[in-house]
Amino acid sequence: MTRIGVVVFPGSNCEFDAAHAVEELGATAEFIFHTSTSLGDADGVILPGGFAHGDYLRPGALARFSPVMTAVAAFAAAGGPVLGICNGFQVLTEAGLLPGALQKNRGLTFLCQSTTLVVSSTHSVLTSASRVGTELVVPINHFSGAYTCDDDVYASLVGHDQIVLRYRDNPNGSRDDIAGVANERGNVVGLMPHPERAMSTLLGSADGRVLLESFVGARAMAH
Amino acid sequence: MSRFEGRAPAISFIGVSSPLETLHRSLGLTDSELDDIRRVLSREPNPLELALYGVMWSEHCSYKSSRLHLRRLPSTGDHVLVGPGEGAGVIDAGDGIGVAIRIESHNHPSAIEPYQGAATGVGGILRDVFSMGARPLAVMDPLFFGELDDARTRWLVEGVVSGISGYGNSVGVPTIGGELTFDECYSANPLVNVLAVGALPTDRLALGVASGIGNFAVLLGSSTGRDGIGGVSVLASAGFSGDDGAASIDDAKRPSVQVGDPYEEKRLIEACLELLDRGYVVGIQDLGGAGLVCATSETAAKGRVGMDVDVTAVPQRERGMQPFEIMTSESQERMLAIITPENFDAVAAVCDKWEVRASVVGHVVEPTLLADGSRVAMLRVRNGFDGEVLAEVPASSLADDAPLYDRPRQRPADLDVVLADDPTTDEPVGDAAADLLDLLMSPEWVYRQYDSQLFLNTVVGPGRDAALLRLAGPGLPSSERGIALSTDSNPRWCALDPRDGTAMTVAEGVANLACVGATAKAVVNCLNFGNPEHPEVMWQLSESVDGMATACRGLGLPVIGGNVSLYNESGGRDIDPTPVVGLLGVVESLVATPPGWNWREGDAVVLVGHREAAGAQPFPLAGSRWATKRGRRGGQLAAFDVARLISTFRFVSGEVAAICAGATSDVTAVHDVSGGGLATAIAEMASATGLGVHVAKLEGHGELFAEFPGRFIVATSHTEAFVARALAAGVPVTILGTVGGKTVHLGELVSVTVADISARRAGALEEALLLA
Amino acid sequence: MNYSVVVEVTLRPGIADPEGATIERALPALGFHGVSAMRAGKLFRFDIEADGPAAALSGAQALAERLLSNPVIEDATARLDEEH
Repeated sequence: MTRIGVVVFPGSNCEFDAAHAVEELGATAEFIFHTSTSLGDADGVILPGGFAHGDYLRPGALARFSPVMTAVAAFAAAGGPVLGICNGFQVLTEAGLLPGALQKNRGLTFLCQSTTLVVSSTHSVLTSASRVGTELVVPINHFSGAYTCDDDVYASLVGHDQIVLRYRDNPNGSRDDIAGVANERGNVVGLMPHPERAMSTLLGSADGRVLLESFVGARAMAH
Repeated sequence: MSRFEGRAPAISFIGVSSPLETLHRSLGLTDSELDDIRRVLSREPNPLELALYGVMWSEHCSYKSSRLHLRRLPSTGDHVLVGPGEGAGVIDAGDGIGVAIRIESHNHPSAIEPYQGAATGVGGILRDVFSMGARPLAVMDPLFFGELDDARTRWLVEGVVSGISGYGNSVGVPTIGGELTFDECYSANPLVNVLAVGALPTDRLALGVASGIGNFAVLLGSSTGRDGIGGVSVLASAGFSGDDGAASIDDAKRPSVQVGDPYEEKRLIEACLELLDRGYVVGIQDLGGAGLVCATSETAAKGRVGMDVDVTAVPQRERGMQPFEIMTSESQERMLAIITPENFDAVAAVCDKWEVRASVVGHVVEPTLLADGSRVAMLRVRNGFDGEVLAEVPASSLADDAPLYDRPRQRPADLDVVLADDPTTDEPVGDAAADLLDLLMSPEWVYRQYDSQLFLNTVVGPGRDAALLRLAGPGLPSSERGIALSTDSNPRWCALDPRDGTAMTVAEGVANLACVGATAKAVVNCLNFGNPEHPEVMWQLSESVDGMATACRGLGLPVIGGNVSLYNESGGRDIDPTPVVGLLGVVESLVATPPGWNWREGDAVVLVGHREAAGAQPFPLAGSRWATKRGRRGGQLAAFDVARLISTFRFVSGEVAAICAGATSDVTAVHDVSGGGLATAIAEMASATGLGVHVAKLEGHGELFAEFPGRFIVATSHTEAFVARALAAGVPVTILGTVGGKTVHLGELVSVTVADISARRAGALEEALLLA
Repeated sequence: MNYSVVVEVTLRPGIADPEGATIERALPALGFHGVSAMRAGKLFRFDIEADGPAAALSGAQALAERLLSNPVIEDATARLDEEH
């Protein structure tokens, strides 16, 4: 039985949805409060969406200093699967576990809407069960989702096949329509869209399943 | 010997220069109210006590102008767990789950500082809901502004929507629907109403009652500052009287608007729900208008116990705060919990985990024994629990015994003239196609800014007839049920006939719920009216209440909560009467999506319900959006006839409910006919699907644009079967036409491409906001 | 000793700034002309304990770079607040 740790920062709010999604896929979910210095026996870790620390200062800027992040960094370094969704992605970039940064949406309003993503790389714990070119309908829900990075980092991302998902129709001004990236090894992934919100046609789309199935099935990737 | 055995507690009242003689007036109390207070206390009140009465007896807190009329609303029903009078009304939705619902206004602050006014409106209504033990699960925002050709109005719209978005999204509650109305009567008086709904396991229900002598009243959440000092009585109970309305009010009133902190509120929600889950809470109430004096006096009065409040124990954000400031501050994100002393350490530990302040600011005490042998539950404000008594008043005199006014009512003298000026027979009728396009506006620009999906419950989100949510959430027993929500209003109808206009508004709400397969269970209302000192406004209010009562009785609906916002007036002009209703319904089994507006090529388009209005004219245009756009604001509304409506609502609701329960059906689309009439409803369905429709014959532009409840557009793939079911249910139907092609043809009158309709609908709001 | 410092955080040159751009675009319609190169940033004021002004400044700069700014996209500069 795969155990997925879902980190809860003060102000996180998508933890219940993330837990619900992985449990629907046969894993057990456990909440890990941000003050904890241990991830328990988690096989994978999710940093969920929401507004950790109210997004004050910058989204994710304060959360990256929470005690739990030391354990998350160690887990990632050892090859453990780590998934940052939306605010979680912002925390991972602030913590330096993923390159780049997330800026305010180009239109300067919050956006909650459906988007079509295109799988750009299967070299990650999130996309290994997909195929390059597959289109997935997954909602976004953010104010600061425009991915940015400098030219050197961008060249590196492209060179190492780290851009895992792109928007088909860029809603927020992200560089190169980037919706999600992975680290070089592919065990740490962040994306702004919410796959846990695309698990059921009753709610609009089940295209998130293939992404989360891949994550739940991932095993620690060795060096 | 005075009833209270002595003189008023003597305190120095720093910061107020008025002598006692006129102090009461600067606090918003009338001379006769001062006499009432003297009678209650059998002595002179001291300045602090006057301040407490000033806020508690303000219109906003005491409803003194409206309470008399609100009593006429039906509020009981088998499934009602909590009726009016608590933080929120609660119904039993089945499966051991209670649903709490409330609607409130935050109109005046939003006119001055739209972002924070709207944001703190969201915060306030959420606290009402979780004060019942319910986890807030959804918010709705009916909004009313002036016309968009005014720059200030555009500024207000952007600010209010950003504020609701910023607060609601950050606090973690999805916003799943609302309304957007533009009319010149709101230009200096925007209305920001916010509805919140939450759910709880029924054994976690909590009331705002203090009990248990020796128990603690614990203040949770933000520290207390000077926010909104006098705000309630100064701001909400006085209209804006500047000549130009807008600019002159800003500077004088700006300090009274509070800044919301959704992050604090989120932590407060989690802490309170955990305290309730662990059984540490005896009673709990939110701090809203009138702050601490309201929460302490109301919980004490309800529990018939006294309460000592120690102002020095209240965590303060500012230096040198006076007792009257501490007691009346409207600092946001605070709750008052009644707990037993034995549980304090455990409570502190939970609050510590969520980084929520917890301070014992009150002790529950015995009612005071008086010389005449009677016992009175007193609210005592003290400088330390063993310290000097600064104020001492009967708790119920603050909470329950505010004056009850029966303000004069008078039907507007010119109403008959207005009613006779009917647009139904106007000539020439103009270009129906152009008129239709002019009525189309999608509110997507608004709701795209709201998280409408959190909690994975949203089956039908914003932009449709009603919102439909799974009845599920963290900590709830599992259930296959769903809840449906709609907010409705029609100030154009209510200006002409507040009684039938309000009754028909309630019916509209029930119709919206039927579109998603729900049976209406309860109503909450927000009554937004002008200056109650105008007899015409009081007449409108009284008529509106009676219309609501008639509709609710006829439809079997209890009114389980409400809010009144008066003094929505500027430069002597009152807003149109704007009663807003929130309807809550239940779907017994929600395993599949309702059909929505998704008709398919070849479907038959059927008008379900009586084709013509009840009353004198078959297609009355009075009060329609079509007429209002042409500046025609008079005429006679359709009559409200509940008997006609019930079987139609039940039939449509049943058809959709079957689909939600997983049955196959020939019904492919359902939409009720409301604002903008039949033509608008059809155009909206075409826009949603990209498929046009050919309607052979309609009775002139009257039938296109008339507005009256009880009609639905239904698309079906099997006409005979559908018609047979309708007739068996006693519901009249009219076959209108067939779905197909890329054009909407409505008789000889309208021929517009679906592309034009969609483009117009999608672009209208952003163009008007000068954003496109 | 307590020193009052001010930290200014701005987007690094070349990083897109939709906020600054939007503000700049709105100005002419409000009657302000001749304004260009608008960048929106943040300003923090705080007191910091240090042995002397140089130590105060370097402490503030370190804090600014570690927490108050994101070096991937922002620059931060600390200065002593002369007004205090």
